Amino acid sequence: MSRAPSGRADLLVVGAGPAGSLVAREVAAAGHDVVVLDAGPRFDDEDRTERMAAHLRPDEGSPWPRDPERDGYTTGGRPYPLAASRVKGVGGSTLAWHGMAPRLRERDFELRSRHGVAVDWPLSYADLRPWYARAERALGVAGAADGAEGPPREAPYPMPAFPPSASDRILAEGAASVGLSTRTAPNARNSEPYDGDSPCVGYGTCRPVCPSGAKYTAERTVAAAEAAGARVVDRAPVRRLRVDGDRVTGARYTTPGGDHVQAAREVVLAAGGVETPRLLLLSATADHPDGLANSSGAVGRYFHDHLFAGVGGRVDRETRQHHVGFHTTESHAVYDEADPVVGIKLEFLNDAGPTPVGVALSDGSWGDELADRVREAYGGHLAVGALVEQLPDPSNRVRLDPETVDDTGDPVPRIEWSLDDRTRRGIERANDLQRRVLEAVGADLTWTVDAETAGPAAHQMGTTRMGTDPTESVVGPDCRAHDSRNLWVAGSSVFPTGGAMNPTLTIAALALRLGSRLADRLSGERE
Amino acid sequence: MKLSRRDALAALAGVGSASLAGCSGDGSTSLPVDSLVALAETLYPSAAAGHREFVETYVDGRTRGRPAEREALTETVADLNDVAREWYDGRLPGLARADRDTLLREVGVETAAPRRDGTLAERVRRVVDDLLYAFYTSPTGGELVGTSNPPGYPGGTASYHGGR
Ligand SMILES: Cc1cc2nc3c(=O)[nH]c(=O)nc-3n(C[C@H](O)[C@H](O)[C@H](O)COP(=O)(O)OP(=O)(O)OC[C@H]3O[C@@H](n4cnc5c(N)ncnc54)[C@H](O)[C@@H]3O)c2cc1C
Ligand code: SF4
Repeated sequence: MSRAPSGRADLLVVGAGPAGSLVAREVAAAGHDVVVLDAGPRFDDEDRTERMAAHLRPDEGSPWPRDPERDGYTTGGRPYPLAASRVKGVGGSTLAWHGMAPRLRERDFELRSRHGVAVDWPLSYADLRPWYARAERALGVAGAADGAEGPPREAPYPMPAFPPSASDRILAEGAASVGLSTRTAPNARNSEPYDGDSPCVGYGTCRPVCPSGAKYTAERTVAAAEAAGARVVDRAPVRRLRVDGDRVTGARYTTPGGDHVQAAREVVLAAGGVETPRLLLLSATADHPDGLANSSGAVGRYFHDHLFAGVGGRVDRETRQHHVGFHTTESHAVYDEADPVVGIKLEFLNDAGPTPVGVALSDGSWGDELADRVREAYGGHLAVGALVEQLPDPSNRVRLDPETVDDTGDPVPRIEWSLDDRTRRGIERANDLQRRVLEAVGADLTWTVDAETAGPAAHQMGTTRMGTDPTESVVGPDCRAHDSRNLWVAGSSVFPTGGAMNPTLTIAALALRLGSRLADRLSGERE
Repeated sequence: MKLSRRDALAALAGVGSASLAGCSGDGSTSLPVDSLVALAETLYPSAAAGHREFVETYVDGRTRGRPAEREALTETVADLNDVAREWYDGRLPGLARADRDTLLREVGVETAAPRRDGTLAERVRRVVDDLLYAFYTSPTGGELVGTSNPPGYPGGTASYHGGR
């Protein structure tokens, strides 16, 4: 496959994850020339099951190859495990994602007005609502509008929900006894055949790989974009944007065969919440010494993620863990509360405790002795997890680390990250609820992920945030950089705040909205 | 509980060899099936039965079209049989279950990490892990430890919420 540039494209998209591929699909479908460059490789569909087998063997690490030379990074403050928090390749991080696909709630767009903290989005839930519906169709979301406290919907989910699991039923009793309501978890996963892809067949390894194709990955959208005429080039990391005044004219990228420049009328950055700001910072010039689109100084700042907090325990009953690899029930019961002010989404896990094969291959023994240990280790686990909101803070940031370079000689990203008291209180509150639910069902508590041990949920947000004031934000409500006439950003880096909901459905809604506007704009230019 | 060909095909589907699993015959001739069955009888819980069909189908499917894998497996088993002959005066299939178990421990398999080009213990561990993988991702293997739909086995979406 040639990785040489095409002639000047109508649109250049940097990154072939869900954000980039959805924009590309929309614009290509309107008849425009679209080129997508992705840093990582294309992965063959055929070897998905082998990747799953590698994942199930405890000593084999990630099934998605990591390349520390290409993807180096450093951290300051609380360690941020970036290598485990993204995938580079066609399809992006959705290759490994879990596929939980909730909408944000109304309150998430209005934190400043409602609670006097952080900022409001320059958009409301109502503005995004029609795009959410389209995003649910694009990702194929199975769900049920059963939560009384859910934000208003205009249409049913594209597929029926996965029914609650055996362990959900146990935990829902516990939740009810401590006054918490529960609802069906929306899943970007086929509960029935969808768009030519298989329904879920229960491999139970969704994160990090689904062999059946039932879990949405952006490879589906890439295929649709290609069918609509887009050109998608893998192993083509973009290293610098080219600028002329307030316009971006194209991008320089490096392939195994050498360096190239792709020229384009419009450029969309969709390289994820770390690489998008990094590319802007790397593209500094004499006219833009602090990086491109960075007159506000906000590029790379306000980095935030969701914290995963959890408590696990065991009961003397069958809990059927690891039959499937996704959650089916969650609770938004305390999400909108004012104290603590951060959002909390509780999740009932269906993959608590070890897997039989995981125990079998790490124990060392065999025969009856091993079977006894596997049986003992596997049964009766229950766990309640949570995503806890982190409010944006300018000192949490992605910057360039001049001390360390990647395989091309460019400075690697440095992630400076810490937790504030509000987030800690949110985690403590989540732990308290989790403990009470588990204790209500008679579980012996076995583990806790608390404020000291909580890690990020692999949702990198805030680093090119959206706002109306060009001195405080990087892109406007339309996702165009304030400082440029033709540079746009797709992805969770534009989120001013992230609530406590997994971000990808919102990323998809914003990407579809942006794609549709770019298609119109390019059509207008053509006339 | 009897292991079946269906169990082996399920385990094979879980390692990406499903497309090969329908065939049997010619490819299997050079495999040390008797010794592998003897190993499986030691590795799997005593409640399991039907090892031959399971092991034959699984190992054949797993190594079909991968001559280097087949060769490595055959060589490892031959090397283990050499030790068995020296220490216990017989090849694996002729040894009592308890002797095979002791032999594996004496070779150091219990504490070895799997490695394809490693020491005998490491190479045997690799074979052992593969046979254990097959068992614990199959429906019958899962049943024996409390799950009808173990990870790695596409057992559908009924069992997780209580159906079969
Ligand atoms: C283990 C895991 C579980 C997750 N689970 C969930 C979940 O359940 N629900 C949810 O909503 N989200 C989840 N996420 C997050 C989700 O995957 C991301 O939100 C989503 O993939 C982001 O989409 P994106 O297109 O913005 O970025 P990505 O999907 O990260 O794609 C960015 C692409 O850009 C490419 N790129 C980077 N730099 C360059 C460059 N310089 N030039 C060219 N290309 C470049 C990369 O190779 C990559 O392919 C999970 C993530 C992980 C890692
Ligand atoms: S359980 Fe997960 S991995 Fe298995 S088929 Fe369903 S979506 Fe895919």
